[in-house]
Amino acid sequence: MTEKQDLVKGNEAVAMGALDAGCRHYFGYPITPQSDIPEYLSYHLPKLGGEFVQAESEVAAINMLLGAAATGVRAMTSSSSPGISLMQEGLSYIAGSEIPIVIINMSRSGPGLGGIAPSQGDYFQAVKGGGHGDYHLLVLAPNSVQELYDLTILAFELAEKYRNPVMILGDAMIGQMKEPLLRRTPEKIVEYPKDWALTGAKGRPQRVLKSLYLKDGELTAHNWKLHQKYEAMKKDEIRYEEVFVEDAELILVAFGSAARISRTSVMMAREQGMKVGLFRPITLFPFPEPRLADFAKKDVGFFVVELNTGQMVEDVKIATAGRSVDFFGKPPGALPTPEEIFEKIREIYPG
Amino acid sequence: MQAAEKKVFERPRTLKEVPFHFCPGCHHGIAHRMVAEAIDKFQLRERTIGVASVGCSVFLYDYFDVDVIEAPHGRAAAVATGVKRARNDRIVFSYQGDGDLASIGIAETIHTANRGENITIIFINNTVYGMTGGQLAPTTLLGQKTSTSPYGRDFMQDGYPIRMTEILATLEGTAFAARVAFTTPKNINMAKKAIEKAFQFQKEELGFTFVEVLSACPTNWGLSPVDSMKRVENEMIPYFPLGIFKERKAADVL
Repeated sequence: MTEKQDLVKGNEAVAMGALDAGCRHYFGYPITPQSDIPEYLSYHLPKLGGEFVQAESEVAAINMLLGAAATGVRAMTSSSSPGISLMQEGLSYIAGSEIPIVIINMSRSGPGLGGIAPSQGDYFQAVKGGGHGDYHLLVLAPNSVQELYDLTILAFELAEKYRNPVMILGDAMIGQMKEPLLRRTPEKIVEYPKDWALTGAKGRPQRVLKSLYLKDGELTAHNWKLHQKYEAMKKDEIRYEEVFVEDAELILVAFGSAARISRTSVMMAREQGMKVGLFRPITLFPFPEPRLADFAKKDVGFFVVELNTGQMVEDVKIATAGRSVDFFGKPPGALPTPEEIFEKIREIYPG
Repeated sequence: MQAAEKKVFERPRTLKEVPFHFCPGCHHGIAHRMVAEAIDKFQLRERTIGVASVGCSVFLYDYFDVDVIEAPHGRAAAVATGVKRARNDRIVFSYQGDGDLASIGIAETIHTANRGENITIIFINNTVYGMTGGQLAPTTLLGQKTSTSPYGRDFMQDGYPIRMTEILATLEGTAFAARVAFTTPKNINMAKKAIEKAFQFQKEELGFTFVEVLSACPTNWGLSPVDSMKRVENEMIPYFPLGIFKERKAADVL
C-alpha cells in the first residue's frame, strides 16, 4: 500500500515540518525566495494557537526568536542570504547563550543584493560561524522537498539536544520546486529537558541566559564548553548520502541542488562504464570529514561541484589531504547542466 | 513592656542582598530599587522575566532576583517581544540606556510600541554612553561636551537631542508613556507612581508601557553627585520635561 503523497513546494514543506515538529512561534521578515514560508505560517499558526510575527527587520526577527526560544518554546525564523547576513549578530548571541532555535536560509545569490537565483555562496557563512566569536551552527543541507520536511523536524530535535542554533541551508531551487511529499508526522516528538528555560522564578532559583562572561577564566571555560558540543556533534551527528561509491575511482562531492544535478552526471558516467560515485554531505557542519578521509586512504580522486566559485572544496581538501581534488564551480546566474558536469568528469576520470 | 517594633523600610524582595556596583551618585541604583518595588507591590516577582541590555545596566541579573535574558545592543525591545509572545501570562520588562534604546535600538523600540506589545520599558536617559566612557548619545544636550563631542554638541553636526517619550506617546500602541526624575522628593514620588503604573498597566494588559528616567552620570559628566543632581534639575528637565505624556484609559484598549 502506498501512502498518500501530496505535491508540495519546498518552502511549504519546511513550514509543514515546523508545524509537525510542534513549532508554534515564528518571527520573520519577507524576502524572496522564501516568502512562502511566512505566508503559509501566517495562515496556519493563529489557528493552532501559535504566534506569527512579521518583524520590522531581520535584525528584530532574530532577536524576537532569541526571546521566545529562551522561554523554552520551539521557535523558528526563515530568510534568504541578505536577510541571513542581518541575523548574524543575533545568531552569535543565540549560540553564545546556548538557546535552541531553527533558522532556514533559502539562499539566493550575492554578494550584496546579488540576485534571486539559486546559489551556494553562503556555505562559508553557514558552516564557519557567520557572526563574531568562536561558534558553529549545526547545518543541514536538504536536496529534495521530502528532505526539507524531514530535516526541519530533525532540526528542532538537534537544536534542543545541543542547545544550539540549527540552520537548514537550502536555495532558491529546492525552496521553489514542487515534488511529492509524504507528510510522515513523527509519532512522538523527541524533546529534551528544559531546565534552563526562562519561565519566571517561581519556587526555584533565578535563571539567566547570557553570553557576557567577564570574570577571570569564565569566558575561556565557556568557549571550551561550546567547543565540546561541536566535538560531540562531529562524533554523533554526521549525515551523508552515498551513490555508487564502493568501487568508485572518482567520487563527486556535492550538496543540495548541486548534488541533484551531479547525480544525473554520475549516472551518465556509469552508463559509459566509468567507475564514478557521488558523496553528498547532508550535515555541512559537522562536515563528514572522517568518511571522506576513509575514501582518501584508497586510490581515489575527488571532484567537487558547487554553485559558487569554490567553498566546500576547501573542506574536502582538508578531509582528503594528499589526494587530487578537482573543482567545478558555477557562480549564480545559470545552473550547470548534467552534461557540463559529465564533460568535466570525462576530462579528469583516471585513465 | 515595649511596643512591638514596626518595620518601615526594607530591601524589596525582588532585589538580591548584594551591593550595587554603580559609581557614586549614579541613579541606576534608585531606578533598580523602584522597579523592584513595583514588582513587589503587585507580587509579580515569580512570573517576571527581565531583559538586560548592553550598557552599565547589563548586570541586571546580578541584582534582580527574577529570570533574565541578555539582549544584544539595542535589541531588548525585540527580545522582550519574543519573550512575551511565547509567554503572554508573564510580566516582561526591559531596562535600557539612551545609546541602546534611542540610537542603535530606535527601530525595535518604535515598532514594539507601535505593535502595542504588552511589555514595560524602563529607559535611563543620562545623555551619554555610560559604559563605553561617556560618548555622544542621541540625548546629549546641545553644547554638551562628551568624549566624542569635545567641542560640545552642535546641531549642525549631530542634530538635536531626541525626546523618546514624546515620540512614543504619539503611537496608538502605547498605553502609558511618562518621563520622571529623582531630583526632589516630589519628583521621586512621581517616578515611583509612574513605574508602578507601567507595571499595573502591563498586568491589566493595556499595551506598551514606557517610563523614561532622567538620570545622573557623575563619572562621565565630570561632576560631583550633588552637582550632577543639579544638572538634571537645571539643564535636563528644561529640555526633557517631566510628566505623563500618554495614559490610555482601559476603555481605549478595544
